[in-house]
Amino acid sequence: MLLLVLRRVLATVPVMAVVALVVFLMIRLTPGDPAAVLAGDNATLDQIQRIRANLGLDEPLWHQFAAWVGQLARGDLGTSIFTQLPVTTLIGQRVEPTLMLALTTMVFSILVAVPLGVLAAWKAGTWIDRLIMVVAVVAFSFPVFVLGYLLVYQFGISLRWLPTQGYRSPFADPWGFVRHMTLPALALSSIYIALITRITRASVLEVLGEDYIRTARAKGQTEAKVLFRHALGNAAVPIVTIVGIGVALLIGGAVVTETVFNIPGLGRLVVDAILRRDYPIIQGLILVFSLVYILINLLIDIAYTALDPRIRY
Amino acid sequence: MARAQTLPEEPVRAARRAPVLAFVRRYPVAGLAALILGLIVLAALLAPVLWTVDPKALAPTQRMRMPSAAHWFGTDQFGRDVWSRVVYGAQVSLIVALAVATISVIAGTLIAVVSTYIRWLDGLVMRIMDGLMAIPGILLAIALVSLSGASRLTVIMAITIPEIPRVVRLVRSVVLSVREEPYVEAAISVGTPLPQLLWRHVLPNCVPPLIVQATYIAASAMLTEAILSFLGAGTPPEFPSWGNMMAEGRTFFPIAPRIVLIPGVALALTILAVNVLGDALRDRLDPKLAKRTGGLR
Repeated sequence: MLLLVLRRVLATVPVMAVVALVVFLMIRLTPGDPAAVLAGDNATLDQIQRIRANLGLDEPLWHQFAAWVGQLARGDLGTSIFTQLPVTTLIGQRVEPTLMLALTTMVFSILVAVPLGVLAAWKAGTWIDRLIMVVAVVAFSFPVFVLGYLLVYQFGISLRWLPTQGYRSPFADPWGFVRHMTLPALALSSIYIALITRITRASVLEVLGEDYIRTARAKGQTEAKVLFRHALGNAAVPIVTIVGIGVALLIGGAVVTETVFNIPGLGRLVVDAILRRDYPIIQGLILVFSLVYILINLLIDIAYTALDPRIRY
Repeated sequence: MARAQTLPEEPVRAARRAPVLAFVRRYPVAGLAALILGLIVLAALLAPVLWTVDPKALAPTQRMRMPSAAHWFGTDQFGRDVWSRVVYGAQVSLIVALAVATISVIAGTLIAVVSTYIRWLDGLVMRIMDGLMAIPGILLAIALVSLSGASRLTVIMAITIPEIPRVVRLVRSVVLSVREEPYVEAAISVGTPLPQLLWRHVLPNCVPPLIVQATYIAASAMLTEAILSFLGAGTPPEFPSWGNMMAEGRTFFPIAPRIVLIPGVALALTILAVNVLGDALRDRLDPKLAKRTGGLR
C-alpha cells in the first residue's frame, strides 16, 4: 500500500514538470513582445523595461528557467506588478471564499447528483428517467453566469429572499454565510450535478445487469440496499473519477461565479489582474489551481484501491 | 396489393434515400435542436437584413429604452439596439465554435497519429498532453489572451489549445485499438505504405468519434468565448459578442436585467442545441462511448 501511494505520487512529478514548463514557456514563446502588451498602449520604454525585469525576461532562457524553478521550489510565485506584493500573499488573502464556494458546491452536488443518478438508473426507460436526463442536458448547457443572473433576478430582485452580492465568513457569521452562499453554490453546481448524475446513471445501469444484483434480490435484500450498497458500491469508480475531473470545471466556474455575485475570492483576483495586466498573478494562479487539480486527482487515484480491491497498480 | 408488398421495405429505403430524415424521425428532439441551430446560423449569416441597425451605433438620446416596435429588445446603456447586437453576437459565437472545433480536431489528429507511429515521441507527447489537461482551460486561455492582446484570432487560438489534448487522447485510443485489427495487420503484411495505411484504414475509424467530439468542442468553445469576453479577456469590445454584452450590462442588471439576460439566454439556447445534437450523434455514431460515459464527453 505504501509502495503504491509512493508510485502514484512519483507519477505526478512529470505532470507537474510539464505544467511548470508550459507556464514558463507561454510568456516566452508568445509572438510579439509580451512585456509591451502587458505594459499597455501608453507605456514608456522604461516601464516596459521594468516589466521585463520583473518577469525575468532579460536573461538567457535556461538561466531564467533554473532561477524560476528555484523560486517555485521555495514557494515564491513572484511579485504583482500593480501592488508590488508577493503573489502568494495576495492568493492567501483571497483563498477562503473560493475554497468555501468550491467545497459547498462539491458537497451539495454529490448529495443531489448521486441519488438522482441512482434513481434514473433504477427507473431506466420510464418518464422519471427521461425527465432527469433532460434536466441534466439542460443544466449542463446553461452557462454558469447565465444561470447565476437568472437566480439573482428571481430570488434577489423579484422575490428579495436572498442577498445577491458579497460574502460572509462562516467562522464569523455562519447564518450570513449560508444566505450569501446559497445562490452562487446553486449556480455553480448545476453543471457539476449534470455531469455526476449522467455518469452515476450510466455506471449503476451497467452494474444492475450483473449476476450478484440478481442474487442479492433473490435472497430478499431490500431494494434500497441492493441499489445503494451492491449497485452503487460497484459503480463507484467512474463516479469518483468524474468528481475529480469535474474539479477543472469547478475551478473555471468559480472564477465566473465570483464575478456575478461579487465574491472577493481568487476569481476576482484573476479579473482584477486581467484589467491591470498583472501577469504574475495570472501565472501564479494557474500554477496553484493546476497543483490543486493534480493533487485532488492523485488522492482519488489512491482512493480507488480502497473502493475497488480489484484495482492493483 | 402491390402497396402491401412494398410496405415493410419502406423504412429501410427511406433511411437510404434520406438519412437526415430518418435521423430526425428517430431522434425528434435532436431534430428540433438542429432546427433551432439552423435558425441561429441563418440569423448570423443574414444579420444585415434581419431588421437590424448598426450594432455599434451609439444613440445617447435613446439610452435604456424598453422593448418597442423600433427596438425589439430595447436599447442598452449607450442606446445601442439590443436585437441587432444579439444577432451580430451570434456571428462571433458561431465563428469561434467552428474555428476551434476544426483547428483542434485537425491539430489533435495530426499530433496523435504522428506520435503513435514514432515510438520515442509517444511518451513525451502524452506527458505534455497530461500536463496541458491539468491546467484549467479557462485560466490557460485567460493567460494566453492577456499575453498576446485581445483579438479575435488570439481568442480562437487560446480556446483551441486547451481542447487539443482531448482530441489527441481520443484519436490515440482509436489508433492503438485499430492497429491490432486483422485487416490492418493484413494491409501491413501486403506492404501498404504508411500514409495509405493511415488514410485508408486507420483514419476512417476515427471519423465517427471525432464528429461527436467536435460537436462537444464547439459547444464548449462557445461557452469559453463567452466566459472570456464576460471576464474582459475575450473578444474586443468593438465586436458585439454575447459575452461582452453581458459584461457591459452587468452594472445595470438591477434596473435593466434584459440587457444581460437576452444574450445569456441566446448563448444557453445555442449551446443546448449543439449539445443535444451531439448526444444524438453520439448515440448514432458511437454507441460504445454513449454507454461508457452516459453522455457528456
